[in-house]
Amino acid sequence: MTVLLVSMAALGVAVLIALLRVVLGPTAFDRVLAVNSIGTIVIIGIALHGFVMERPEFVDIAILYAILNFIGTFAVLKLFSTGRLS
Amino acid sequence: MENIIPYIALTCVGLGALLIIIGVIGLVRLPDVYSRIHASGVVDTGGAALILFGLCLYSGWNLVTVKLIVIGVFLFFTSPISGHAIAQVAHSQKIDFQGADETKTKTDNGGDA
Repeated sequence: MTVLLVSMAALGVAVLIALLRVVLGPTAFDRVLAVNSIGTIVIIGIALHGFVMERPEFVDIAILYAILNFIGTFAVLKLFSTGRLS
Repeated sequence: MENIIPYIALTCVGLGALLIIIGVIGLVRLPDVYSRIHASGVVDTGGAALILFGLCLYSGWNLVTVKLIVIGVFLFFTSPISGHAIAQVAHSQKIDFQGADETKTKTDNGGDA
């Protein structure tokens, strides 16, 4: 159980380091990539949080976040490549 | 023999967290977009797959395991697609490779070694 808590703390530190790239990133694609990585880390963090709190039903929310992360990345990329979303 | 399974699971979770830290440090330190996609791949496949596998072992065999496998398969297929799409759009918008042109890199980006 301690390992799960330490892993959650490590994921929090990883989100902060990836936010550094979001702030610094010279192009918009760096920011999209870093936000995509933050989304993946948050998915894993939600699943770990369910196991730490001994309520593994949080995994459903993690599935929803995975789908939203994928669709959001592609929406932003389509806006960059074509200039509109429709 | 069953007592060893939680230790294997927690080892996988710890290794996955370590891989995520390594990938995020690469995301900050690597020079351009295309190489940062490589570092992001470590987070999306290595770290996520190891942590989800560890949680599958930790939870035993029930519905939660199936949901974790669904998340793992989804991430395994969508994160390379996301990386490929980011690289394609960045290339179509004329984002330069770092080090593709030696003289340009040395003159334009002098102090940023």
